[in-house]
Parts: sequence; C-alpha cells; structure tokens
Amino acid sequence: MGALQSLPDEPEYRDLSEKTGFSFEQIGILHKRFKQLSHNEDTLRRDDLNTIPDLSCNPIRTQIIEAFFDKRNFHQNGEGTVQEISFEEFLVVMSHFRPPALDMTEEQREIIRREKLRFLFNMHDTDNDGTITLEEYRHVVEELLSRSGALGKETAKGIADAAMLEVASISMGHMEPDEFYEGITFEHFLKILKDIEIETRMNIRFLNMDTTNLCKVNRAYPDCTSLTKYTDKLLESCLWFGFGLL
Amino acid sequence: MSTMGGLSQMKLAVNFLTIGLVILSLPCGSYTEIPPKPPGSVTVLPPVKPAGGPQAFPDAENSNLPVFTMDYARIQVPFEVTLWVLLASFAKIGFHVYHKITFWVPESCLLISIGLIVGAIMHSVHEEPPAVLSYNVFFLFMLPPIVLESGYFMPTRPFFENVGTVLWFAVVGTLWNSIGIGMSLYAVCQIEAFEVQDINLQENMLFAAIISAVDPVAVLSVFEDVSVNEQLYIVVFGECLFNDAVTVVLYNMFIFVADMPVVEPVDVFLGVARFFVVGLGGMGFGVIFGFVASFTTRFTSNVREIEPLFIFMYSYLAYLVAELFSISSIMAIVTCALTMKYYVEENVSQRSCTTIRHVVKMLGTISETLIFFFLGVVTITTEHEWNWGYIMFTLLLALVWRGLGVLVLTQIINPFRTIPFNFKDQFILGYGGLRGAISFALVFTLPDSIGRKKLFLTTTICMIMFTVFIQGISIRPLIEFINVRRTNRNLETINVEIHSRLIEHTIAGVEDLCGQWSHYYWKDKFLKFNNRILRKILIRDNRAESSIVALYKKLELQNAMEILDTVSGDINAGSSIVSLQYVYPLSPSSSCSLSLSLYFALSLILLLSLSLACSPSLSLSLVLSLTLSCSLFYPLLSKGLKSS
Repeated sequence: MGALQSLPDEPEYRDLSEKTGFSFEQIGILHKRFKQLSHNEDTLRRDDLNTIPDLSCNPIRTQIIEAFFDKRNFHQNGEGTVQEISFEEFLVVMSHFRPPALDMTEEQREIIRREKLRFLFNMHDTDNDGTITLEEYRHVVEELLSRSGALGKETAKGIADAAMLEVASISMGHMEPDEFYEGITFEHFLKILKDIEIETRMNIRFLNMDTTNLCKVNRAYPDCTSLTKYTDKLLESCLWFGFGLL
Repeated sequence: MSTMGGLSQMKLAVNFLTIGLVILSLPCGSYTEIPPKPPGSVTVLPPVKPAGGPQAFPDAENSNLPVFTMDYARIQVPFEVTLWVLLASFAKIGFHVYHKITFWVPESCLLISIGLIVGAIMHSVHEEPPAVLSYNVFFLFMLPPIVLESGYFMPTRPFFENVGTVLWFAVVGTLWNSIGIGMSLYAVCQIEAFEVQDINLQENMLFAAIISAVDPVAVLSVFEDVSVNEQLYIVVFGECLFNDAVTVVLYNMFIFVADMPVVEPVDVFLGVARFFVVGLGGMGFGVIFGFVASFTTRFTSNVREIEPLFIFMYSYLAYLVAELFSISSIMAIVTCALTMKYYVEENVSQRSCTTIRHVVKMLGTISETLIFFFLGVVTITTEHEWNWGYIMFTLLLALVWRGLGVLVLTQIINPFRTIPFNFKDQFILGYGGLRGAISFALVFTLPDSIGRKKLFLTTTICMIMFTVFIQGISIRPLIEFINVRRTNRNLETINVEIHSRLIEHTIAGVEDLCGQWSHYYWKDKFLKFNNRILRKILIRDNRAESSIVALYKKLELQNAMEILDTVSGDINAGSSIVSLQYVYPLSPSSSCSLSLSLYFALSLILLLSLSLACSPSLSLSLVLSLTLSCSLFYPLLSKGLKSS
C-alpha cells in the first residue's frame, strides 16, 4: 500500500522514544502529522490547530487546544502557557494518551493513572492555583453541554453545583454550616474518579500505519490525481473502519 | 404456644385441602362422561347416566334445563397451558424462599430438577407431556420473547465498543466449534467398537452445529451478581445472542444438505453466500422495523394506553417477516429492539416505558422457565438411546474444541483490542460455554429422516445436563477463586458522568488532531448524524438532552424519593402505596411457615389437577395420600423451619 515509509533511525527519535514510549514508526507518523499541521515549520501555533475542521465541532476544543500549550503537561515542572510548541512537546502531550502496556505492574499502572488524571485536572484548572474552583467547574460543564441544545446557563450551573457538593461530601464528609469548600484539590479529584478505570478508557490506539493522507487539513485534500492514490485511500479507509469497529 | 399456633395452622391447611378436593372432584366426575367435542361447537349437554364417581347433577329422564354442566374438552388446551405456566412459576417462587439456594445453584438447574420430578410423575401415570416443543410452537412462540428480552436489555455502549470481538467470537467461534466437533465425531464414528458407523458426515456436522450453540443464561446471572469486568460480560452476552443466529443458519443449511445425495463444491460456496445474505438481511429488516416503530410512537401521544403494544407488535412482525424469507429472525428481532429502544423510550410516557420493560422481562422469563422445565420433563418421558462411546466423546470434544477455540481466537484478536483478554478472562470465557435451550429445541425438532435421532437427543440432553449442572454450579466459586477482574458498577455520580463525557470528547478531539481514527471518531460521527437527522424525524419533541442532564434529573428524582421516606432501593419494586396502608402484625417465623405451607398446598393441588387432567383414578388416590400425609406432618415441618 505504500504506507510504511522507511524511517531514518535518527538519534533524536531514539531519545524521544525513550522519553515518551512511542515506537519509531509511531514517532515518524506523528512527525509527519506535525509537519502537516504546522505547514512544514518547526513549531506549532494555536491558529494551526484551530483550522482542523473536525475539531471545530468538538464542544471542548478550546480546552483541548489549550492543553497542548500548557507547560504543566510538558513534564518539566513548568507553569503557564506558551505560544508555540516544538515536536518534542507535542509528543510529550500525546504520550498522555498511550495505553498501558500489557506487562505493567500495579504501581506502574497507578503512575499512569495519576498522569492521565493530572492531564484532566490541568484542563479544568486554568489559573494554575492547584484547585478547581466552582467557577472553573461551571465553565467546563457549560462547554460540555453547549452542544446539546439550548439548555441555558442555569441548568449547567445547577449541575456544576450539584457536582461540587458531591465532591465535598465525599472528600470532606460532614461539613459545618459555615465551612466553605474552597475547591477540588488534586487529591480529592483522584478520590472521586478512582473508580473510572481511566487507564483503560483514556487511550488512543496509535497504530503503525500512515493515514495522514486521509485527514483534511485546511479543507484541502492533498493532490490526488492518480487512480492509485484513490484506491490506496479507499483501502485504508476500509481498514480504518474495520479497526474502528474492533 | 407453638402447639396452639400449629393447631390453627393445621386447621387452615385442612380447610384448604378440602376446598381443593371439592374443586377437583368435579372434573374427575364428569371427565368420563362427556364425549370429546370439537372446539368451537356449541355444546348443550344432555343429561347422561354417570358411569361412576360422584354425580354433579341429579338423575333426570325428562329433558329439563340442566342446572349445572361441564365441558372440559372445550377449554382443555388453554387450561393446560395456564396450568403448566403456573406450575413453572410456582417453582420459581419456591426457589426464592430460601435465598441461599439460588445463590449457589443457578435457577436453570433448579428448574430442570423440578421438571425431572414432574416428568417422573407423568411417566408413572403413563401420560405424554404436551406438545410444547414442536418446531412451530418453539420457534414462533417460545423463542421470540427470550431473544427480545436479551436484545432489549443489552447494554448498548459496551456492545458497540466491543462489537467486533463479539461478532468474531459468535460467528467464527461457532463455525470453528461446529466444524471441529463434526469432523472429530466423524472420525470417532469410524471406530468399530462404538457401533455408530451409520452416521455419515453430514449428520455429524448437523449434530455438531446443534451442539455448539452456547446458551450461558446461568452464567450471565452469576456474572451480574459478581460484576465481572464489562468486556467479558458483553462478549459472553453478545456471543450467546448472535451465535443462536449462526447456529440456526447452520442447522437449516445442514438439514438441507443432509437430504441431498451429493454435495458439490458450488454448494459450499452457496452456503457461504447464504450465510451473509441471512445475517445482513436479518439486520436490515430489524433496522427498518425499528425505525418504523420509532416513527409510529411519535404520534401516539393521545393513545397512551396502547403504546406498549407497538413495541411488541413491531418486533414480532420483524421476527415473522424474517422467518417468511428464511433469513435470520433472531438477528432481525435483536436489531429491531436495539434500534427501537433509544427512540421509543423518549417518545412514550413514563408508564408505558415501565410497562414495556416489565412485560418484556416477564415474557422472557416465562419462556425461559418453561423451556428448562420442559427439558426436565422430556428427559424422563422420551425414549432414549444410550451409547457410551459417542456420548463421552461428544462431551470431551465439545470441551476441548471450545477451549482451543477461545485460545486461538483470543490470540488473533487481542492485538486489535484496547483492553486485551488475559488468561483468566479466556478461561472463564471458555468455561462459561454452557448449552441450553436452543440446542435442546433444535435436536428435539430434528426430522425423523435422521436415522439416529434418539441418540442425538440423548447426547444433547447429557451435554446440557453436564454443562448446566457441573459448570453452572462451579463457575461462581471459580470466578471468586481466580479473581477475575471486576468492574465497579457503582458509577452513578454526577462527577463520574461529567468526566466520562469529558474523556470521550477529549479523545475524539485529540484523535482528530493527530489524525488517528478509532471508534470514538465513528461514534462522534454517528451522534452528529443522529442529532441532526434521525432525532428530528423519529422523536416527537426534539430536545437534545445530554446524558449528563439526564443523569442529573434522575439523581434529583431519587433524592426527592428518599426524602419522602419510602421503600429503599427501587421505588417501583416496593409494595404499592395502597398496600402500605395496612400493617400486618405477623411474626416472622409464623409468616414464613404459613407461606411455605400455602405454597406447598398450592403446588400439590396444581400437580393433582395436572395429573387428573390426564387420567383420573390412579393418580387421584396417589396424590391424595401424598397431600394427606404432608398435611399431617405439617407441624413437624413448620417446627423444623422455625429452628433454621
């Protein structure tokens, strides 16, 4: 199918592979995608991601895009946001979505669980103060429900309030009437979501095949005049459909 | 104190028995007199001199108006059907008196045992069981409710996430099992010592197709109790459902082939093509009927009382139309239920929704109960043909091929799964392959042109008994022992729901971003299509509601109910509000023994009427003596229960 190109066994790829756990083929494919998104430049900007057509229908696209530019997700103990990211940082953020390997011990799974939950926590906590306040939670719920029709802000507020109450009752037990629940800390967040089996649900299947030809970027298909390219695409889309079903 | 209580209760029991005897003497008396009349004809009974037994009406030579008449033959068929259903249902009540029984022994085992007892009684009075398991009755009346129940209550999200695996195990797994068992049995048949050389390859393959139909009903209830991990549950559930379809297709194909003198290669190819036509056609029909049903319910806001009717009629119609074209009716009804459920439950009123769910469950349970019950009855009353070699080898080969099949298939499909199956999951998957209703019905309805039909019947019954009793009882301790991965079912909190949605959207977004698609992408696309087009057509007032809002409303409702301080747990399953007004001052021990005695008496009366319906006199005396002795020993019985 002409999909798997020969990859240069660059030393950078080896470093990246060790750091993020992706295989060489996966890194190569993601690099191609990075180049496609950034128009062959070395860094990626927010505007490049805003132009992906499928992403624009996603209700939480702002949070997702922000997550890629959030220094907390780069595993370098930084804070704040950046304007543009390199391929290495792109990969590091992507590595949050790798499925755990089959032969992992319980502690390794716990570490992975914490990492993924930390990613979600950072999505909520936009002002970097280490807690999710009511306002931040309300914002996320509003965004989530924005696609389901005209529900109004009141419903979203009510739901967010109920959710906070739940967290408060689980983490702090019985509170005095004049006590005020400051916000959800990371420990509380872990506690309420410990049953969600996140290491099995928050995964993307990174396959070793190249499908970047199929994705639309800037609403322009790559140049496909020859018949073989069409049939290639057809075959690959069938395969993806099959994989998708599984 | 206890003797006083015992005495009053004995009086009650004796009263009951006398009433029962009076009721029962009536058919007994007149049964011998009335000649069987064809149904539908008007019967005006002439006064007849009674041949014997108590007289129901006075001696009259002149033709006066008969004051009291009896015509049993007219109501015979519905009466017997009702009695059988009641008896099976009484058995179910009885099991739950001691809840520890149902904990360790699956209900299907208990039902088969009761069926064995009833079969023994019927055999001793030389009576044939009713023709419940004829081909048409089974496939047109008893199978659809079971399949509808499975399809309606299938958890859709895990199903669609694992649909590839489910279909892989159902289709390829069943084919592997049938072909493997068929070939090996044919090889076994060649051994002279077993005297089964007259079974040719086609008949062996037919039998293997029947035997490989898996029916893990007992296992599924254990899975639910123990809450094993979702993937294993849905694969077992889905496999059970879809391999019924595959088995029926194979069965029909092999029946046809068994009649043909010569099998050509083009027939094999046609068989494969037929398989696809049958499967996909069934699904297509189901989807069409599902959409039509949803569309109909859009307009039923003024006829709320008959809303549930549409669900049942449309799904049954899907089943029958599929049967008309000889395509897979099971797939049709399952896809119809799956499609319908989502849209219909938004259109109908709350009461209709509850009614639908309840009736679907009820019909499914009755059907299943009856089938296992009749399995027990028929075991005793049919003629058997025992052949050590064939039966033992079938048991062994079925186990071996199932185990091999699960291993090989899992190895092939694990790389494609996000959560691969480990060895514990595979073991339970293989061990949970019980046989049940479908195999039994298919073998029972084999045409008589198959020479060794009795041998097949005996082997299938042995297989079912072996798997249901031995594997069914032992699977619960095994699951606990090897500590299969469990799912935490207690996930009904707002936070978890919000974050589940958050995760799904995040993954869909990141997938779009990095250009790797998987089922989240297709799910997203389908949801968009659904919201934009389907919901507008099929749902009456289209308020697109997020699952978060739905859950929030449900939790608020539950909170309100709790504040009202009513029965804990499922509000709808508690006693009705009317009954809560009366408080019965019964002490627990006396209520237990009272209910037990009532149950005992009622079931004995039913047995009595059943056997009387068949033939009087001998059974009458037999059962009378049974009931009298039981009632005399009743105080001992109740004392024994009080101490337990």
